[in-house]
Amino acid sequence: MTTATLTVDLEAIAAAYQRAAGAIRQRVIVCAGTGCMASGAMRVYEAFTRELARWGLKVELELTSDEPNTEPTPPPAPDRYLVSRSGCQGFCQMGPLVTIQPYNVFYVKVTPEDVPEIVEKTLLGGETVDRLLYVDPRTKKRAPSTDHIAFYKQQHRLVLAQCGLIDPEKITEYIAFGGYASARLALTQLQPEQICQIITESGLRGRGGGGFPTGVKWDAARRQPGNQKYVICNGDEGDPGAFMDRSVMEGNPHAVLEGMIIAARAIGADSGYIYVRAEYPLAVQRLRKAISQAREFGLLGENIFGTNFSFDVEIMEGAGAFVCGEETALIASIEGQRGMPRPKPPFPAQAGLWGKPTIINNVETLATVPLILRHGPERFRSVGTPSSPGTKTFALTGHVPNTGLIEVPFGTTLRQIIFDIGGGVTNAKGRIRDDAFKAVQIGGPSGGCLTREHLDLPLDFDSLREFGAMVGSGGLVVTNSQTCMVQLARFFMQFTQNESCGKCVLCREGTKQMLALLDEIIEGRATPRSLDLLELLAHAVQKGSLCGLGKTAPNPVLSTLRYFREEYVAHVEKKRCPAGQCRALAMPTIVAERCRGCGLCVRACPVGAIAGERKKPHVIDEKRCIRCGACFDACKLDAVAYA
Amino acid sequence: MAGCACASQVGANHEKRFQKVCEILDYYERNPRLLVPILQQVQEVYHYLPSEILEFVATSLGVPTAHVFGVATFYAHFSLEPKGKHHIKICDGTACHVKGSTAILEAIREKLNLSGSAKTTDDMLFTVETVSCLGACGLAPAVVVDEQVHGNVTPAQALSLIENLTEGKEENQ
Amino acid sequence: MTPQNQPQKLIIDGREVTFGRERNLLEVCRKADIDIPTFCYHSHLSVYGACRLCLVEIEGQGIVTSCTTVPKAGMRVRTNSPEIREMRRVAVELLLANHDRDCPTCPKNAACKLQSLARRLGVREVRFRTLTPALPVDRSSPALERNPNRCILCGDCVRVCCEIQSVGAIDFAYRGAQTVVTPAFGKSLGDSECVHCGQCAGVCPTGAIIPRQDIEELWRFLADPRKKVIAQIAPAVRVAVGEAFGLPAGTVATGQIAAALRRLGFAQVYDTSFAADLTVIEEGTEFLKRKSQGDKLPMFTSCCPAWVKFAEQYFPDLLSNLSTCRSPQQMFGSLAKEILPSALGVERENLVVVSIMPCTAKKFEAQRPEFARDGMRDVDIVLTTQELVSMIEAHGLDLAQLRPEALDLPFGHKSGAGVIFGASGGVAEAVLRYVVSRNYATDLARIEFQEVRGTAGLRDAQIEVGGAQLRIAVVHGLANARQIAEKVRAGKAEYDLIEVMACPMGCIGGAGQPVTTRATTLAKRAAALYDIDRCVEIHTAQQNPAVQECYRTILGSPSSEKAHALLHTHYRNRRRGVAWPVPIAQPHKPQLEVSVCVGTNCYLSGSGELLERLGDVIRANGWEDKIAVKGTFCFENCRQSPNVAVGEVLVEKATVEAVVEEIEKQLAHQQEPELAPR
Repeated sequence: MTTATLTVDLEAIAAAYQRAAGAIRQRVIVCAGTGCMASGAMRVYEAFTRELARWGLKVELELTSDEPNTEPTPPPAPDRYLVSRSGCQGFCQMGPLVTIQPYNVFYVKVTPEDVPEIVEKTLLGGETVDRLLYVDPRTKKRAPSTDHIAFYKQQHRLVLAQCGLIDPEKITEYIAFGGYASARLALTQLQPEQICQIITESGLRGRGGGGFPTGVKWDAARRQPGNQKYVICNGDEGDPGAFMDRSVMEGNPHAVLEGMIIAARAIGADSGYIYVRAEYPLAVQRLRKAISQAREFGLLGENIFGTNFSFDVEIMEGAGAFVCGEETALIASIEGQRGMPRPKPPFPAQAGLWGKPTIINNVETLATVPLILRHGPERFRSVGTPSSPGTKTFALTGHVPNTGLIEVPFGTTLRQIIFDIGGGVTNAKGRIRDDAFKAVQIGGPSGGCLTREHLDLPLDFDSLREFGAMVGSGGLVVTNSQTCMVQLARFFMQFTQNESCGKCVLCREGTKQMLALLDEIIEGRATPRSLDLLELLAHAVQKGSLCGLGKTAPNPVLSTLRYFREEYVAHVEKKRCPAGQCRALAMPTIVAERCRGCGLCVRACPVGAIAGERKKPHVIDEKRCIRCGACFDACKLDAVAYA
Repeated sequence: MAGCACASQVGANHEKRFQKVCEILDYYERNPRLLVPILQQVQEVYHYLPSEILEFVATSLGVPTAHVFGVATFYAHFSLEPKGKHHIKICDGTACHVKGSTAILEAIREKLNLSGSAKTTDDMLFTVETVSCLGACGLAPAVVVDEQVHGNVTPAQALSLIENLTEGKEENQ
Repeated sequence: MTPQNQPQKLIIDGREVTFGRERNLLEVCRKADIDIPTFCYHSHLSVYGACRLCLVEIEGQGIVTSCTTVPKAGMRVRTNSPEIREMRRVAVELLLANHDRDCPTCPKNAACKLQSLARRLGVREVRFRTLTPALPVDRSSPALERNPNRCILCGDCVRVCCEIQSVGAIDFAYRGAQTVVTPAFGKSLGDSECVHCGQCAGVCPTGAIIPRQDIEELWRFLADPRKKVIAQIAPAVRVAVGEAFGLPAGTVATGQIAAALRRLGFAQVYDTSFAADLTVIEEGTEFLKRKSQGDKLPMFTSCCPAWVKFAEQYFPDLLSNLSTCRSPQQMFGSLAKEILPSALGVERENLVVVSIMPCTAKKFEAQRPEFARDGMRDVDIVLTTQELVSMIEAHGLDLAQLRPEALDLPFGHKSGAGVIFGASGGVAEAVLRYVVSRNYATDLARIEFQEVRGTAGLRDAQIEVGGAQLRIAVVHGLANARQIAEKVRAGKAEYDLIEVMACPMGCIGGAGQPVTTRATTLAKRAAALYDIDRCVEIHTAQQNPAVQECYRTILGSPSSEKAHALLHTHYRNRRRGVAWPVPIAQPHKPQLEVSVCVGTNCYLSGSGELLERLGDVIRANGWEDKIAVKGTFCFENCRQSPNVAVGEVLVEKATVEAVVEEIEKQLAHQQEPELAPR
């Protein structure tokens, strides 16, 4: 524990940082998120330090100058080169990403072999290395900086603003960019009820999926009697295809800690837990480092900012259970039990961890809190929609050319996200074909899918519900016309079925039977009754399950049934998969207008089921066809289709 | 009459085996509330959760063995079976699934002769598992080999990663 | 908030219902005589909320589970809308889909909640497919049978084992569709920490856990002309068996049981209460001796076999505080096998002693090796009340219609003291009657000790005897027993006598009794026992003429050598892996160290018993100061278990003989160099 006398001087740290920054001529930022690290970012980072040294340049790896409290020295000459790492910049598919400041040159897919050229041309010569610039897949134009890249241009980064900029392992950088000032405000100038009021006024809603007003939750916990309360940060981001929280924890861990300190002050808690998925080792490592730095600076521990407020945080690593994202299951897990949800009420704000009042907030929510205190609730409300203020991060994946982590204001439409940020829709062969758009699955295993008719719907917590989808934690999977919606529903059903805790009958047995019914449909064994049973079960599981996982598990099935019922019917009655994805059912046909009779498919077919005159449209013999899909893969003109 | 094996090291080995778990238990002050972190540490040290260690943990914490077993089997990360020397995790999150993670899994399982529900090869060299999402969706499909993430993996690349390991080459990515 | 005890009103199905202290809506509905279906709700267990059958619709709130909803004034509740019916039906159908639907051959047939709810909800067809593979049935336990294919995972057994009994022998394992209820590591129940109380079977809504059935073996004995089959009837049986034949709870049916058993072919029908009277005298004498010596107090009673195993597992350090008296069942058995062969003119091996018990743990107790002589058990077969009902039904009899008959003499003689054994507090009261009579003239002695009666799970009383205060505690439920034993261990419990019964309200709430969920039923059974006590002519054990006769002819005086041989027992440490290593003998400077593996495999291969016997051998040989013995964990040589390390040598597949041989060899070897220089 830190001593009461140590009160951190944020301004002095910031000033010292600025002085040190004055000595920097150029700064190389290598993205060190999980994606870029996997693509070899660390070796790029090392190559830069080596190469710069080889040129005899002054290389800095960190901006630590004089002690904050010593007399300022005259500003040094700007002759140093800083090589730093940042958190996830979101554009993982293009990693490793390198940014050169002050020019803001943005290089993609950088290898260590590229580094000497970058140093020579860009850092020393002031020119760009064109071949490393991002090429827009539509316009084929090269983008000199992120401002010219559609993926970034259309975003509005609040929570992620610092993720691609500051070094997540340096508390001083976070402080230099205004960090912990909100915590100080909360501790030294605001009463707990004032904090709750500010958060309530801001309209902040839980980013974990439910969208419950954060201020209301805090106030409920604040009003509970008792001097032992807990703040839990829910970093058990389990949706397959979502990694927003991971990026925040990796890229800006101090923002999460600051949010927790403010929350703790608001409800009167003295200890907190961050529950992190075990699949996120880098997030755990960065958070641990952040916690120890914060303790060192007296920002965690006893008598923070010289007040009588004390608070400390521990990390709890998950052990592999999606259901632990549910708050009562998460609590059970921290308590050393099987992570099985319990009925609510009582809500955690009344009786949570060890039976004490507890608030559980998602990572993104907590990271937003310091911004609200810093800029005021009005400013926060000015972004987004009236019912859902602020921004939301999404993980954009699937059949779009630009995948990655994005942040947009609530109220942004799906069209903007998919076609502007995502860059359009790719077909089965990877070509951009906007008419290939079929649906977007939003909200992961708890969400549903939306179609073309919803493209101009402003996204917020409430707008999606009536259409059978939800923002959820923010997974966005774009699918093209070659995606079978029954298969997509089955994928999520398999996931929830696997992750069901097994406690309540409807979820445990219901999801198992639903999965079996979907398998029947996909394998061509279904009868019309199968669809009735599937729907019956979906409604029963939705209405009657114990926890959120069960209640939302049928959503992918229900929403695909709602918008793509004919696809299910085709599977069941005609034993055909219109998207051609279900092996047992897919029957390829050749579209005569597109076929030029090149014969590629004839050669590819292993059973000789295709025939036709040269340069004239070919035909597939349905009786011989074994539905292997070789013709589809072989055709260069998209003439093979699944009817 | 029972056979007598020369076992001068029996005692020493066995004390060593339990010494580690004792250290872990001491670190967590034998607090039954910390069962999950305790099991995580045990798995870290022993690479899996041996049943006699679990029983020892249960008695030391004063909780029923069935409870410890229940917790250990609830979480996907805990393994009650010894794991292979090399640990291969194939991400089956949405993005990876859509981009063909199943084909990678099948290729690897076939290559390593894993059939049925087996996860570990008979020679204890490889354990192959799927994980729900690594959060590396930008690199889909992703495969983790001994804690190192590989992105945009094709089935052929996955097989060569394994070949590198079997040939004892240092993985250089 | 409104005070909970103020009656308030809400509307259920259009009718006004008042409520007060009910902790949830389900109980309010029950109070309004609406039997909301549920599998997982039990008033004495924690709320689990998993079966999703107790769904009700609350205006403005939608569909909720009534077991988790706090009643509020003004609520408008519907319990049976079409939507609710449909969801309940789906839930039951889903359970049936993967349930072993062998109902006609299931012992729980016609008493199964799943079956009755399927009928009530009008499930006429199971539309879903069976998706789970069949799992093996666990018949390893002497007391219980577990069929996971009938389990609906309501968790009642898990919670009763953990919350009421604080044993936790079974728990949920795995998750999702793979979830099962199982002992640790999927082992069988017989190898687990199960104390055989059977409360899990008592709450199991289906036939997934049932008391073990020993009827077939008994039919064979009854049909064998060489065998003479005699019965002893435990006190709690007579006040419960009638429930199965439509008689009101608390009907005393001793005479009808006697009549039925004779028709089934029993040669003699006796009363366990007779043996209970013997227990009172032996235990009372033992207690007075301990009290006068101020030694090993408090004394715990030892009539309940589940408690005895519990103490052996978790409180081995307190075993010397357990009364050495056998339970009435075993006293009866050993005495019967001693006296009856000559009295009835039958060879000992052809005398079959059957006890009819409210209890499943008694089946285990009868199998304990210390309760057998010359390879013959003192009690051959233990039947539960439920099995008695089955046999009577199988014979085509209706107990309610039988004319009562008298029990046989001499062991049909009983006092009221021996009858109240069946209710919690009864043993303590019976012993008190004896102890008091030893301090006062008989006619001055008190008979009724209301202070120790009652229903609370943990209660105590101070009773003045001969100027001294006796501090008595009475507990039922092993979680309560654990609580009090922990206090004793910590030196914080100032008691002289502690009565422990594992089952709720004592033996009348035993798991072998007709299944009941109503607390009032248990209360009626208890009341009936106390009624019998009031109506019989004698109320103290020492007045029982058959008991007096036994002391005169066979036993001599209480606590005599003969009495010890026949009526007392010893206990064993069943704790494993406690403080590792577990020292058994720990001399200051041992010449030789012996480590016995008590890891899972070795323990299952008998290393626990080996360890114990080794202790005996060491004492017998006077090696206590030479050899250190400790229990220890895995040698990683499990295929050759049990493993014992003697010094540096590992004895595989060890037997006591092999270990002793190795010890002798090494001791001799160690002495040689000493001898040489001389």
